[in-house]
Amino acid sequence: MKGPEDRVPVVTFEELAMPLFDQLYNFARWLTQDTADAEDLVQETYSKALRGFSSFRLGTNFRAWMYRILRNSFLSSRTGLKTMVAIDEETDDEDLLPAENATPESILIEQANREMVQQVLVDLPVPFREILLLCEVGEMSYQEIAETLGIPLGTVMSRLSRARKALRVLLRQKRQGGGHGM
Amino acid sequence: MACEQMASKERLGQFDAYLDGELTSAEASALAAHLRGCATCAADVLGRVQLKRAVQLAGRRYSPSAEFRNKIEKSVSAKPRRESGWAWNILAVPALSLLVLSVVVSLYVSRESGRRQRVYSELADLHVAALASGTPVDVVSTDRHTVKPWFQGRIPFTFSLPELQGTNFTLLGGRVTYLEQTPGAHLIYQIRKHEISVFIFQDRGEETASLASGPTHAASFSMENWTQNGLRYFVVGDVNGDDIQSLSRLLQEAH
Repeated sequence: MKGPEDRVPVVTFEELAMPLFDQLYNFARWLTQDTADAEDLVQETYSKALRGFSSFRLGTNFRAWMYRILRNSFLSSRTGLKTMVAIDEETDDEDLLPAENATPESILIEQANREMVQQVLVDLPVPFREILLLCEVGEMSYQEIAETLGIPLGTVMSRLSRARKALRVLLRQKRQGGGHGM
Repeated sequence: MACEQMASKERLGQFDAYLDGELTSAEASALAAHLRGCATCAADVLGRVQLKRAVQLAGRRYSPSAEFRNKIEKSVSAKPRRESGWAWNILAVPALSLLVLSVVVSLYVSRESGRRQRVYSELADLHVAALASGTPVDVVSTDRHTVKPWFQGRIPFTFSLPELQGTNFTLLGGRVTYLEQTPGAHLIYQIRKHEISVFIFQDRGEETASLASGPTHAASFSMENWTQNGLRYFVVGDVNGDDIQSLSRLLQEAH
């Protein structure tokens, strides 16, 4: 048994940051919609995070910190400024309506192939696309999403609900051959 | 809509939170009970499950090239190590006056006893809350080689888990937990149908020094705690002290 006089742990930036590389790249690629831009964004993120690592407070959420740097870099980029549309955070009753007569909805999603869902994700406004990716692909908790996006927990829930609703609407349009973007 | 529950906005808002694992265990149990008896709501939830799965599958779309990975790896490797024990540096500053130090120490000592009790109670609560939860662990596996990597990127440190072959212990899985706003690993082991929680946090020396290493009891639970390689381990369970000690030894000898 060892005592508290043991060496304090040392953690390298690499040890913490590299396991996140694949998911950060995937997220960046979804945001930018371009391979070169995604690589630039990830490189900028790692470079900024490495420089700021001494100010990172161990014990806080490292993953949310990395995603936040990536997202802020994206928002200040030319592409980010163009694509990040403001969305009205007001929750309206529509968002909480049932998932549209459940049985047809189930059939709709079963029939939607992966490419179709991917296309619909691209068509979604960035605030909706990113929150869906953080929740479903990143498997982040609402709290972690709130930290990453810098928004209150209540906004996470309402925005997520609206994003799912928008996704359903777009999927339905695609199925019906409409395919109008948002 | 036939179901009155479904007409309620609160209930509908709960469906997504339920599937996202954000309800308390009591709320989740109540909703699950309702879903078992209500075809309308169950069908709605099924649609939401399918939507979640569709996004999960579609969302994992892009992978970085090997060249790009190498480039980033090179740019971040072999950089100076970050000392996590930043607070030690503060204590090491020679200019820190004795007066300030003595005030800090006296405040610290007076809080020590209360804090120790609070930490032990909080750990006992975490242990009970996890076992009472519908999903006690987020990574379900008896394989330490599955459980350990799951924590990568979720907590800011790594640790070793013992080989359990030839022992009576079984690893059930793990989850991320928080103690005093600090993230850590919560592992659940089983022995003779009793669950034992193992908590691992970074040892922030100045804060955990008051937690003297060694066995103790809190709320009728046996506990052991120690520091090793800069990590603070707590082993908590309603088993006898020998079992707690055996598991502790296995963890201490893990490579």
